[in-house]
Amino acid sequence: MFPWLTTIAVVPLVGGVVLLAMPKGRELLAKQVALAFSLVALVLTVFAALAFDKTRAGDLQLTEVHQWIPAFGIDYAVGVDGVALVLLALTTILVPIVILAGWHDADSAAASVKGYFALVLILEAFTVGVFAATDLFLFYILFEAMLLPVFFLIGRYGGPQRSYAAMKFLLYGLLGGLIMLAALIGLYVVSAQNGPGTFDFTTLVGLHIDPVTQRWLFLGFFIAFAIKAPLVPLHTWLPDAAAESTPGTNVLLIGVLDKVGTFGMLRYCLELFPDASHWATPVVIVLCVVGIIYGALLAIGQTDLYRLIAYTSVSHFGFIGLGIFAMTSQGQAGATLYMVNHGFTIAALFIILGFLVNRRGSRNIADFGGVQKVAPLLAGTFLVAGLSSLALPGLSSFVSEFLVLVGTFERYKAVAVISTVAIVLAALYILLMYRRTMTGDTPDIVRERVHDLKGREMLAVVPLLAIIIGLGVAPQPVLDVINPAVDRVMATIGATDPAPVVPAQAAEGTAP
Amino acid sequence: MSALLAAGTAFPTPEIEYSAIAPMLVVFSAAMLGVLVEAFLPRLLRRRAQLIITFVALAVALGFVVAERGRRGFVVEGAVAIDGPALFFQGTILVVSFVAALVMAERSVDPAGDAFAPRASALPGSVDEQELTARGWLQTEVWPLFLFSVGGMMLFPAATDLLTMFVALEILSLPLYLLAGMARRRRLLSQEAALKYFVLGAFSSGFFLYGTALLYGYAGSVSLSAIATALSVNSQAALLVVAGATLLTVGLLFKVAAAPFHQWTPDVYVGAPTPVTGFMAAGVKVAAFGALLRIMYVALGGLRWDWRPVMYVVAVLTMVVGTIIALTQSDIKRMLAYSAIAQTGFILIGVLSTNAMGLSGTMFYLLAYGLATVGAFAVVTLVRDPAGEATHLSQWAGLGKRSPLVAAAFALFLLAFAGIPLTSGFSGKFAVFTAGVAGGATGVVVIAVIVSAVAAFFYIRVIVLMFFSEPAADGPVVVVPSSFTTIAVALTAAATIVLGVLPQPVFDLVSHAGLFIR
Repeated sequence: MFPWLTTIAVVPLVGGVVLLAMPKGRELLAKQVALAFSLVALVLTVFAALAFDKTRAGDLQLTEVHQWIPAFGIDYAVGVDGVALVLLALTTILVPIVILAGWHDADSAAASVKGYFALVLILEAFTVGVFAATDLFLFYILFEAMLLPVFFLIGRYGGPQRSYAAMKFLLYGLLGGLIMLAALIGLYVVSAQNGPGTFDFTTLVGLHIDPVTQRWLFLGFFIAFAIKAPLVPLHTWLPDAAAESTPGTNVLLIGVLDKVGTFGMLRYCLELFPDASHWATPVVIVLCVVGIIYGALLAIGQTDLYRLIAYTSVSHFGFIGLGIFAMTSQGQAGATLYMVNHGFTIAALFIILGFLVNRRGSRNIADFGGVQKVAPLLAGTFLVAGLSSLALPGLSSFVSEFLVLVGTFERYKAVAVISTVAIVLAALYILLMYRRTMTGDTPDIVRERVHDLKGREMLAVVPLLAIIIGLGVAPQPVLDVINPAVDRVMATIGATDPAPVVPAQAAEGTAP
Repeated sequence: MSALLAAGTAFPTPEIEYSAIAPMLVVFSAAMLGVLVEAFLPRLLRRRAQLIITFVALAVALGFVVAERGRRGFVVEGAVAIDGPALFFQGTILVVSFVAALVMAERSVDPAGDAFAPRASALPGSVDEQELTARGWLQTEVWPLFLFSVGGMMLFPAATDLLTMFVALEILSLPLYLLAGMARRRRLLSQEAALKYFVLGAFSSGFFLYGTALLYGYAGSVSLSAIATALSVNSQAALLVVAGATLLTVGLLFKVAAAPFHQWTPDVYVGAPTPVTGFMAAGVKVAAFGALLRIMYVALGGLRWDWRPVMYVVAVLTMVVGTIIALTQSDIKRMLAYSAIAQTGFILIGVLSTNAMGLSGTMFYLLAYGLATVGAFAVVTLVRDPAGEATHLSQWAGLGKRSPLVAAAFALFLLAFAGIPLTSGFSGKFAVFTAGVAGGATGVVVIAVIVSAVAAFFYIRVIVLMFFSEPAADGPVVVVPSSFTTIAVALTAAATIVLGVLPQPVFDLVSHAGLFIR
């Protein structure tokens, strides 16, 4: 069996090393090489998806296992289920788009251009590895290793406050990672008490852990993932990082990396510590709802475009967390689909805003106005992305947000009702931003500097919009891959969907 | 006359297994040969001769350690134990010393010569000194001193009775006191460091000796296994043994720079010539932890329910104090000194877990830490301004732009100290933390994890400074070293990565080393 997953991770890694070894001054070539490597990874992902048996998408497939550090029962073990596969695909689709869209992102930076694209590729390799890892130690290593490329991407290529933002990002991430390390060691020691210690995910799922230990271990993992996701109140690094990063870094950071947090909650927190997850659910749900409303309210009040998008993400991550911890199959399927949809939507938003901000030279909302007159394509594509963000029916986010809310309503009616308020708030933050930047009078400086999207830029934006509309109209193929994996999670944690409370006659009448 | 002869025959000839102690014999003989070289060879030839003697001796000794790897047993009338941990510590000390010697041998980074004063007895700033410097004299006595210290370090973790241990402690310490005072630049600071190190070191030796005396009073013997037997026979821990054990431990905790006995560390690390700082930060720590482990596991194993809580406190205090004070440092050598203190706290977790995993984890950690430390201090010798090494943090700004390779190597060592995955530091931390949790010290491990996150701040801050800031216009230069330092930095950097990515062979080594023989 061909090692698809390893190859998908190694190709960008090799690309990164090749770029670093290239001579200075060949910047165009460096960009082309980076794009080529990312496209190869994308093609490989397509082949891997074809080799993936969708009928048993709940099982870990395309697995590879090699001994790595037998002294601690550590293997190099990879494999994907439906959830991991769609997130892996999200990663490999977004990277070429980011490279294409960020063609000139690094040109004005003091650091080298090839370094920027090398870091993007190295980050892609680590991210693919994180989604594919089925050995917890390997997962942890890559989870931590991911921090470094992002740290350098922010710190070397970001805005004026980049050192501060990079440091804050890294320290937050390290803190979370180290807390997870303590829990990981605890988990290993528990596993070593009942036989040879191991980090293998499938073996650990069946492990019996006493309730008190389970709670501590759950907390260790959950805090790390809640920082990564990020969940209120551990979100404060995100707006700073987002404000100082290049648009491309933001897409990878918020669109892909933060999904590792929610993916980790679904895969590791729930399946490894089912009892503790049930125990923690009330608090987590409250935090998610707070995040949903608080993120949306703060987004409305932002004057900085990047910070605004960052806060909308805080709100959306609340939805994803809600879907996961509602512990219904619809909620979790919706949450997983939301991870994918949010990734594409946020990519479109940041990339288009990045074009706009780089032209105008300011992220301040008040510096814009009437852009749609001078750059109708830019404004139009931005509107589509924005509408997807506010979950307009027909665009991708709608399906997932709806599923999350329905899934939550089955179990927690009041929570679902409160969360729907955020849909109204989402319309406010997106449409107010659109009105302030795109409509009205066009200031001279905007007229002078902002021109419409050109060939390369359209090439980056069009696939994103196509996916957003495509997943909005026909989400079923993706859901088909996600659902079996979600069913496995539900079975592991021993959760069943609440029986629908419908009058018997009506049920008879509607049932097929 | 005949009576004397009769007494002579009654006195049994001690049985000495020369092959088992060959590594130490080689190093000590080489050191004495070095002294003879100083006496009889003309000045021009001395440096070359000393270098050949030193490197050959270290390599041959390492070869003997490898050849003896399967040997287990007491030798030299039971005064020395040759067991897995002893051999591993000796091997580690030899490897670390070899790399440290490469850095000490460097002569091209300082235009005036090597890192040592042309003649330590010349008054700082005197005409005499200027003349000697102008003539290009080198103080080659550093090499025999260095070898004596290495020999002492090798004996320290292998000694099985407290008196042999004390002798080893003095052999390793005395040359270091001298070496610390021999810096070519900032000589007053260096001499102050040497005096401070000597006074406090003598003080701690006093503690060690007093503890030995009390334990002798308790057990009637200075042998570690006899003390263990006495402890197992007497069900109650007498005041004598508790006091003795406490004093003994204080002496050792001083050597490993554990709080609250760490006060000497920053001043001595800063004042000593940087190559010597790297050598003693790594070598002394390996040797002293080896001895500490042997005493705690062999002699005082029966008392572990008494000393473990104390060690909890010491470990937590050490890592917290080291980390918090390191946060405020603006001098790179001082920062590394406090970081070394914090690392001691982490290594102590391996000691206090009192299980086989703790022993092997500590051994791994010491090897990983020792190599990274020598490498980090080697890089410090390269960043210079006209007055010598540029150690103020602000002078390191933008180093990544000027010398990407040197900055990358230093960043790698810092990441290893911070315990970032895929570096040797992470493998070591993982091993001792796992041992700690398995040994029931979960609370200490959780604190250690949080402290690691805080400690990451000051390591990362240097990386931020090197890579994200613009270089100052009149900043220091990174000199291009000769192959000595280049090889040292390359070796340690490679080891830092290999021990992080593929640690299994060394984990095999430390777990097969087994336990201390009793």
